[in-house]
Order: sequence, then C-alpha cells, then structure tokens
Amino acid sequence: MSTNEIAGPANVIGSKKRLPPEVSILGVLIGIAIVFEILGWIFVGDSFLANKQRLSIIILQVSVIGIIAVGVTQVIITAGVDLSSGSVVGLAAMVAASLAQTSANPRAVYPALTDMSPIWAILAGLGVGLLAGIVNGSLVARTKIPPFIATLGMMVSARGLAKWYTLGQPVALLDDSFTWFGKSFNILGFPLPLPVIIFLLVAVICHIALTYTRYGKFTYAIGANPQAARVSGINIGGHLIKVYAIAGLLSGLAGVMTAARAASGQPGMGVAYELDAIAAAVIGGTSLSGGVGRITGTVIGTIILGVLTSGFTFLKVGAYYQEIIKGIIIVAAVIIDQHRQNKRKKA
Amino acid sequence: MQSTGTMEAAPAGGAAVDGGYLLEVENVRKEFPGVVALDNVQLRLKRGSVHALMGENGAGKSTLMKIVAGIYTPDSGSFKLRGEDIKLRGPLDALEHGIAMIHQELNLMAPMTVAENIWIRREPLTRLGFVDHGEMRRKTSDLFKRLNIDIDPEVQVGTLTVASRQMVEIAKAVSYESDVLIMDEPTSALTEREVDHLFTIIRALRAQGKGIIYITHKMNELFEIADEFSVFRDGKYIATKASTEVTRDDIIRMMVGREITQMFPKEEVPIGDVVLSVKGLTLKGVFSDVSFDVRSGEILGIAGLVGSGRSNIAETIFGVTPSDAGTIELFGKTVRVDSPATAMKHGMAFLTEDRKETGCFLLLDIQENTQMAVLQSDYVKNGFVQQKQLGKDSVEISAALRVKTPDMAEPIINLSGGNQQKVLIARWLLTKPKILILDEPTRGIDVGAKAEIHRLISKLAGQGVAVVMISSEMPECLGMSDRIMVVHEGRVTGFLDRAEASQVKIMELASH
Repeated sequence: MSTNEIAGPANVIGSKKRLPPEVSILGVLIGIAIVFEILGWIFVGDSFLANKQRLSIIILQVSVIGIIAVGVTQVIITAGVDLSSGSVVGLAAMVAASLAQTSANPRAVYPALTDMSPIWAILAGLGVGLLAGIVNGSLVARTKIPPFIATLGMMVSARGLAKWYTLGQPVALLDDSFTWFGKSFNILGFPLPLPVIIFLLVAVICHIALTYTRYGKFTYAIGANPQAARVSGINIGGHLIKVYAIAGLLSGLAGVMTAARAASGQPGMGVAYELDAIAAAVIGGTSLSGGVGRITGTVIGTIILGVLTSGFTFLKVGAYYQEIIKGIIIVAAVIIDQHRQNKRKKA
Repeated sequence: MQSTGTMEAAPAGGAAVDGGYLLEVENVRKEFPGVVALDNVQLRLKRGSVHALMGENGAGKSTLMKIVAGIYTPDSGSFKLRGEDIKLRGPLDALEHGIAMIHQELNLMAPMTVAENIWIRREPLTRLGFVDHGEMRRKTSDLFKRLNIDIDPEVQVGTLTVASRQMVEIAKAVSYESDVLIMDEPTSALTEREVDHLFTIIRALRAQGKGIIYITHKMNELFEIADEFSVFRDGKYIATKASTEVTRDDIIRMMVGREITQMFPKEEVPIGDVVLSVKGLTLKGVFSDVSFDVRSGEILGIAGLVGSGRSNIAETIFGVTPSDAGTIELFGKTVRVDSPATAMKHGMAFLTEDRKETGCFLLLDIQENTQMAVLQSDYVKNGFVQQKQLGKDSVEISAALRVKTPDMAEPIINLSGGNQQKVLIARWLLTKPKILILDEPTRGIDVGAKAEIHRLISKLAGQGVAVVMISSEMPECLGMSDRIMVVHEGRVTGFLDRAEASQVKIMELASH
C-alpha cells in the first residue's frame, strides 16, 4: 500500500479472497451424486460412484455439450444467446464427415477427396462453425436485431443446409485416422476419451481468456453495461463478432467430434444441443441478463446434467420421467439464479 | 426561513377566492443516501390557481413534486389534502385521491389508441364483460370537448405529435377527476402555438377550480400563467409570492441569491497552449455552431439548464455521438473523433453525467470498474492483462482518492454515490488523460466528497491537464472555473471570465 500526495492518510484497501460462486454449484453437484449413491444402494444394490466405467461415460456424454456450453457461456455473458449451436454441430459434422470418407465407399460424397489426411476434415468442420459464428455476430453487431432472432435464423438455416448437403443421406464409412478423435485412451488406468480431453482443454483456455485477458474483460463489460463499455472506449460491435465467432468455432469443433465418435455424419446430429448447453451455463451460474458467469461454473453445470442422465439410467428411471425431471431442475436453477441476483442487488 | 405571512397578505391574482387550501404540505423532509434532498419544505396550493415551482437544477422541485404525486414517501412532515391529513401509498393511491402528475417523459402506450390509453384499467364494459368501444369513444369525446382538445379518440397515440400526446396525458389526468394536476416543464417540447393552446386548457382547468402545480425554468411563462410561485434552493424552501408582486430580477435573486459559503480550492496555475479547439461543432436538432478553446492547465466551466445541450456537446467531443458538422482540433491537429476509443487515443477522458447508466458496471467489482478504460494500453501485453501492475496501480489510485471500501473485490453497487464517483474518476485517471471532460462531477454526493473532488480537479489542472467541467451547481461552476461558457437551447450564448462571472450573469445568459 502506498500513499500519494493528494491522499493524506491512505485507506487500507485489501483484496481479501471470497468464495467463488461456483462453490455452491459444486455443492449441488456433490449433493446430487450422493443422493444417487444412496438411492443406488437402496434400489439397485450397487454403488453409483465407485465405477470407473460409469464416471468416464458421464463425462464423455457431456463433453460435446460441454464444448458448446463453454462457447455459449461467453455469448450469454455479453447478454446475448446462441440458439444455432445444435444445427451448426449437425452441419459441421456433415461437412467434416464428407471429407473423411474412405475410398472403400462406392458412394462417397466427393469420390475424388477420399483417404485424405484427417486435418482437412477437421479444418472444414471448424471453418463451417467459425463462419456461422461470424455471420451470427455480424447480424447482432451490425443490424442490432436481437441475438435470439439472429441465431434462431441460423439455427433453422444451418439445419436446412445440413440436410441439403447430401439431400438427407448420412455420410458413412469414415477413415480410421478421423474416427481416432472419438476414441478413448487409458491414462493411469482411467479410460479417458479424447473428446473429454479436448473439452477440458477448451474449458481451461476459455477460462484463462475470460479471466486474464482483455478479451475477457471486454466480454463482461459489454454484458454488464453496454453504454458504459462504449464510453470506456470499447468497440462493442467488433468484440461481439469475436465472441459469436468463438461460440461458432466451438460448435464446429463439437460437430467434428460428434462425427468422429459416431464414425458418420448425419444431418440430424446435435438437435436441441443448444438448449442443453444454455441449461448447463445457467445452472453453472451464468446470468441470462449478462455480465455474470464463469467457465468453471459452466463445466460443473455440464457435469450436473451428465450425472442426472447417468443417475436416472442407473436407477432405471424411464426416459420420459428423466426429461420431466430435467426440465424442472433447469427452471429451478434459473429461479435460484434470479434470487441470488436480487440478493446481490439489495446488499 | 421566510414567514408564511407573505402569502396570506397577498391574494393571488386570478385565483378563485375560496380561502381553503387544496393541498398543504408542511415541514417535509426527504433524504437520499448522502444527500438531503428536501429540508423542511412547505407548499400550499389554492383551489383554482396555478402555482409555479422555481429553483435551480437540484433545488428540490422534482423531489417535492414526486412526494406530492406519491412516488416518494417523505421521511417526515405533514400532508393535507382538502384539509384532511393523508398518507399516500404510491402513485396509484395519489391518483385515486385526485392528484395526477403529467410526466416529462410521457407515459403513454404508443401502439394503442387515444381512448384506450385514457381509460386503461377503467374501460367501460358491456353486460357480457367485453370492452364497450362505443361508450369509450363517447366518453373520450366528451372529455375532449370539455378541454377544447381536437384529437380523434380512435387514432393511435404513436402517430400523434408530442404536443398532442401531452394533451392526451392532461385529458387522462382530468378524467380521473383530479383536483391537483402536476405539470413538469410541460412546454419544453412545444412550439409557441402549442404552448398557447396548452395555456388555454390550463386556464379552463383553473376556472373549474383545479389546483395546478407548474414547474418551469422559463421566466416569461411564469408571469403569463402562474398566480403564485414558490422558490426553492438547495433543498430548502425560500418563499412563496404572488407573481404580480415581483419582477424577473427579484426571482433570479431568490433562486441564486446566496453567499458562496463553500470554499473552492481553485489554485492559480500557469495556463499553457490550446490543446482542445472546437470550431462550429453541430449535432442536428441538438446543438449548433459550438466553438471554444481550452488550454492546458485551464478549467473551462460549461453552464446552462438541463436540456440546453451541455452534455450533448461533451458527448460529441468524446465521440459518443459523432458530430454532423464542425471540427475538433487536438494539440493543433484536426481529428475526426468518431468513437470514444479515438478520443481516448488522443488523451481524452470523459466522466459521464449518469453514473448508473453510462458509468458504473454495477455487476462488477471495484477493481474491474477501475480498470475498464486502460484495457487498450500498456497494461495489456499480448492480450493478457498485467494484473499485478494494474492491481497495484488501481489500489494506489483508489487509496489516493480515498475510496472508502474494505476491499477492491467489493461489488461497486454496494458503494455510496460519492464513492462510486471516485471509482469512476480513478478509472479515468489511470489513463493519464491530458484533456479531462467532467459532466456533473459532484452530482448527488455529499459535501466532504465534493470538496475532495474539487481539490483533485484543481490539482490535475495544476499538472497541466485541460479540464472541461459541466456543472449545474452555480457555486461549483463559479468557484472552479477559469472561464465559463454558457449554453442555451443548443447555442453558446456567452463566455464569462472568472473575474466578471456571477450567478445573475449566468442565469441571464442561460434563460431567456
């Protein structure tokens, strides 16, 4: 602490650490897991958690949603939303798969472009996502239409493109070098699928970007108060394009991984993924009114969704009941979120 | 405090002689965090009279009016309506008691028709419970006939002019059979002919025995329409008089006539070269042909009434709303300032008028709020914020400004207005500005913090910063400025040197 000549006696301004908001969400996750553990012993006679296979599947199931959620979290922090992620997953999966076919397939989409290095398929998938994101961002930034509408348009059109691309036909017989990206590896005796590793990598990078870089500061500022952000010299339009582009790029990545895991591209891939991703972000404490949210929260939110699905299956709860309960939990999370915000405002 | 004898001694010209007061508000006090907005204020409104509220910006007129309209609850004081003590529970309650406010910012629903707007919540119904549109139209026509208003009840409000919308608002207020009508600067957006029409309606209402509270900054209107007026200053009641017994100069003196009691620590500093030169700056429909120079070390005050275009000029210089015509020269070079980012690149900083709307990021903490304007400077390397250095400097500057907080991670929303303002000033000081534009730097903050901010402004000028300071507070403007530029209705009406400037001279230039 130092003084300045205007100061007189300087105040002692510390920076005491307070608990990050994710702690409460982590508590919810642990609580849910314990409930399943107890119910498991009562109804199934087995442990829910002490099962490496199950834990690995939980994360694998949510890693695709998780990657999308990391992108959409950033969009929501700017007080926007991205409804197009699921459709972009489908489109990117189709495009990537069409460039990853083997020559063994007599009806390949591009017979001249078979048996290629997987890098082209991956780049094409990412490029499709990036492009969709840039279009979303430009619409929001330049025409000032609500993000809901801009991305709704992309959601419908991208799905249409995915179907039109092969006139509704799936793209099959993909090269092993491409499907390798959906495989698992044993790390310290724990079966870790590559999609999970990619998900965690993406989460760490985006967490660092949001927390420590100018990109992150601008993202929060725009969501917290766009007018003040503008007066602080921030180019809002340009920055929004970046945020939507990153969300699109991550949807593209999710599409590539979906195709690699399924060893095919299908135009119906990724339907309603955007809703799970938004739900994960919101459960993780991201506020739909902008300015608030962290990647760590979103990762936990994603895992909560995975644990719920896996736990219900483990307890042999019917699929219909699963959806009903999942819906209730999402709404409850938003109610709690608003309550939390109101309390913060009154404080 | 003046005795109320003045009032009783002078029966107001034109008022219906009734003796009884429609509304009596006595010893009303209202505090907001850090400020006393009203300090034992009174207001007595006669039946069948137009009562004007006069005072500088921030004198407490609007607060008093909002108390009468039930929007604010007074901390203490008595409130009598038609001789009975009442306590208003909200604006709706006030309306039901016959007190209606015609808002400056009109509260009509643009896509709905005139009749629907007037009878909303009170629509006449048919026996089956459907809205009776015929009856509604008839009632609206009757109402309009009573008030001499010529507007089609079936037309969409959104298609009407501002003046017509105001008529609809007035008719709506009258439709509640209100006895007390509050009008807050009703003529600010009207042409002369529309003003005449409005005055005809006001006179008709007065003849029907209504009491009208009328807020205005325009002297000539006061003499034309008001029977009585009350003057307020710094949240205190000064006097009530009949408009026939005073002159324009008397009123100005009552409004500003006070000693400058606060000491302004303005230091004499050497004044350097012109750093900001504005020539013929114009923003269509807002202000035109604004020209002035500011030198390093100089404090240029900008005075003028709210709505005169003062803030718009500052916003245009900073690139928030780029100009339509005219040039801005910075350090001798003409610069097209098309965004705040450009302005900042050239060493400008801008403390905006509205802390909540354009200043604070209320959801974020003090640290983040302080750092927001330096994210495109040397504090960021390869995209990564140099948090260690920046954190250290932020803490240092916050301590220097005496931001009262235990913790830089405290959400800024939890700070008082004065402390929020200090955080925002800290934000701009971190950018090491050479030209500092301040829009109402001490609005709504307590005396202690005010003095600290004044000292700081003075000190910055001493370091060679050119300061442009917009202020509604006369003593602040007079006490701090080397020169004062007065703006009226989007035009510069004069410059006053420190030696010749006085409150009366400013008021004369600021209102015609």
